Amino acid sequence: MIDALAGVLVIPAAAAVLLAALPGYRLTARLNVLAALLTFVTASSLFVVEPASGTYLLVDDLNKVFIVLTTFVGFTTSVFSASYIGHEIEIGRLTPRFVRFYHAMYQALMFAMNLALVANNIGLMWVAIEMATLTTVLMVGIYRTHEALEAAWKYFILGSVGIALALFGTILIYMAARPVIGEGVDAMVWSALMGRAAQFDPALLNVAFIFLLLGYGTKVGLAPLHAWLPDAHAEGPTPISAVLSGLLLNVALYALLRFKMLLALNPEAIAPGPLMVIMGLISCLFAAFMLYRRRDIKRMFAYSSIEHMGIIVFAFGMGGALANFAGLLHMTMHSLTKSAIFFAVGHIAQVKGTQKIADMGGLTVTNPVLGWGLVLGVVAIAGLPPLGIFMSEFLVVSSTFAREPWLAIILAFGILVALGGLFLRVNTIAFGEPRGPTAKAEASYVPMFAHLALVFMAGIYMPAPLVKGFENVARLLG
Amino acid sequence: MLRGNLSFDVAHLLAGSLVLVSFMQLYQDRLYALLNVYALHALVLAASVGWQAFVQGAPHLYVTAVIALVFKAVVIPAALHRIIVRLGIHREIETVVGVGPTMLLGMGLVALSMVVMLRVTAEADPLAREDLAFALSVVLLGLLMMVTRRNAVSQVVGFMSLENGLVLAATGAKGMPLVVEISVAFSVLIAFIVVGIFLFRIRERFDTVDIQALDRFRGERQ
Repeated sequence: MIDALAGVLVIPAAAAVLLAALPGYRLTARLNVLAALLTFVTASSLFVVEPASGTYLLVDDLNKVFIVLTTFVGFTTSVFSASYIGHEIEIGRLTPRFVRFYHAMYQALMFAMNLALVANNIGLMWVAIEMATLTTVLMVGIYRTHEALEAAWKYFILGSVGIALALFGTILIYMAARPVIGEGVDAMVWSALMGRAAQFDPALLNVAFIFLLLGYGTKVGLAPLHAWLPDAHAEGPTPISAVLSGLLLNVALYALLRFKMLLALNPEAIAPGPLMVIMGLISCLFAAFMLYRRRDIKRMFAYSSIEHMGIIVFAFGMGGALANFAGLLHMTMHSLTKSAIFFAVGHIAQVKGTQKIADMGGLTVTNPVLGWGLVLGVVAIAGLPPLGIFMSEFLVVSSTFAREPWLAIILAFGILVALGGLFLRVNTIAFGEPRGPTAKAEASYVPMFAHLALVFMAGIYMPAPLVKGFENVARLLG
Repeated sequence: MLRGNLSFDVAHLLAGSLVLVSFMQLYQDRLYALLNVYALHALVLAASVGWQAFVQGAPHLYVTAVIALVFKAVVIPAALHRIIVRLGIHREIETVVGVGPTMLLGMGLVALSMVVMLRVTAEADPLAREDLAFALSVVLLGLLMMVTRRNAVSQVVGFMSLENGLVLAATGAKGMPLVVEISVAFSVLIAFIVVGIFLFRIRERFDTVDIQALDRFRGERQ
């Protein structure tokens, strides 16, 4: 009997093998969507029937939220990917052989991310994140252009270094747990670690957390460890940019949050909060200013992702029920909005045949649906009311203001700077004289508008069970 | 008692040698020589892991030792050697920083890792503590090498010696589950495959594996 927990792993794994074997991109694209949908349905069932956690797999309130978000965005992205890839094949940018590889890797990535989220073992989680990194490296380099290779190489090197540091931190956690829990597998199991964390050697935990923060922080894209992120987003296929921004960053963040919870249980260890607050704030400010100099549309939104991950890490670093709630909400909203933006950007870049902002213009006139979709997405991501991100940013800033007014002011300044940068660029893309080719796009608008509708709804009305669920998780995070 | 001291001394000697070989990698200026030193690095690692397996009475560690010996000390250097010959890569290593400053930086990093690790592990058993301190030194030296080299092959060697440091740490942590050993070996394997693909693709496009040649216009400059 396979329960839902195993289901979210088995379905993508089986799909990856199947897709690697099947020819024909139309069929495989549909199968890809089907597998992603099945995974999403299975993941949703976790809310109805909660399977028991074991030594290797774990399900609790915290990772349920992450799993459902991951599988949902994974599903909508696969729908977008089907039409995106169709166009890439038509113009001959990708050959069918590469598309087969691409689909298999897509499902392998979904498998790795789900594994990282459900792993009950810090070693297993590390392996899963490493696997997710390697699959995305391969996909970033899939176009085999000069720039794509450079981006993939940079991502590979920096990602490996990050992942290596994280492994060192993982080993240190084991060293700290061993005297208390005893040798063997138990000393790497989350549920066992969480129960006995108070007795661990605090000095070892401190050093371990530094390594974990630097290691997984590289994967989250925190400045100054973010250098891989803009290149990887800009040069890979756009569905992968959407998955990177919307999901992979979250998965790394999830790992970081778990270790933060572990440290919080030990009264003598350093408080991980301030470190996260500082890194979050630096990332937010740095990325906000970087937005002004961007000339490539995908790189611009990659920097915007750094900014938002900064805000999220900041919120979780502040801690407390309200800030955690805000961080969680912001993470969800950012995933939905940013992937919606990348759906629009992908089709825009296909219509215009370039990613250079200077060669785009007047999109709302030539391609109204795409143009207005992008404008709406940017309005959402910049944090204007009444959309969901406004809500979460408002919560982050106001909850901080009550405790550390200065930090709140700096953060609000960063958000405003980013808003200015985004609008400056979008103004030239969406309005004004039409520039560049004006062909009609054969796009699937459903995923984009579905995401935006969800974000819009969250800004106006959040269903009570959702609020309750988030509050639960926020308490869990401490 | 004698046995206890001997086991400690040998482990200490081997881990220390690993750090020493890491330093040797830093001043190589020819790719072939670098690969030879890397093979030596892996050899010392294999001996160190093998000794740990013997001392801890943990037979599964022998597997890790054999992997280090066969795969890292023989197969990978040989394969990289072949790649260099086949692709006609420049055999000089271009450094960003001179050898002198790099060595000084490396010494600083070793001192740093000693200070950090020995202080925080004061209560752990001495063998694990020394191993961990040496392992961190090897990791940091590997990082330093990746940072100070421009050539893709020597960056890969830097990364692999960094992984050797991780294996040293994992085996020093007594009783660490097999999961990690497998994963480390696994990741090295994958890293090698990926690197192979990359080298192949890079060659396909530019006839060079020099990272600087890759560092071109990226859509941001006009």
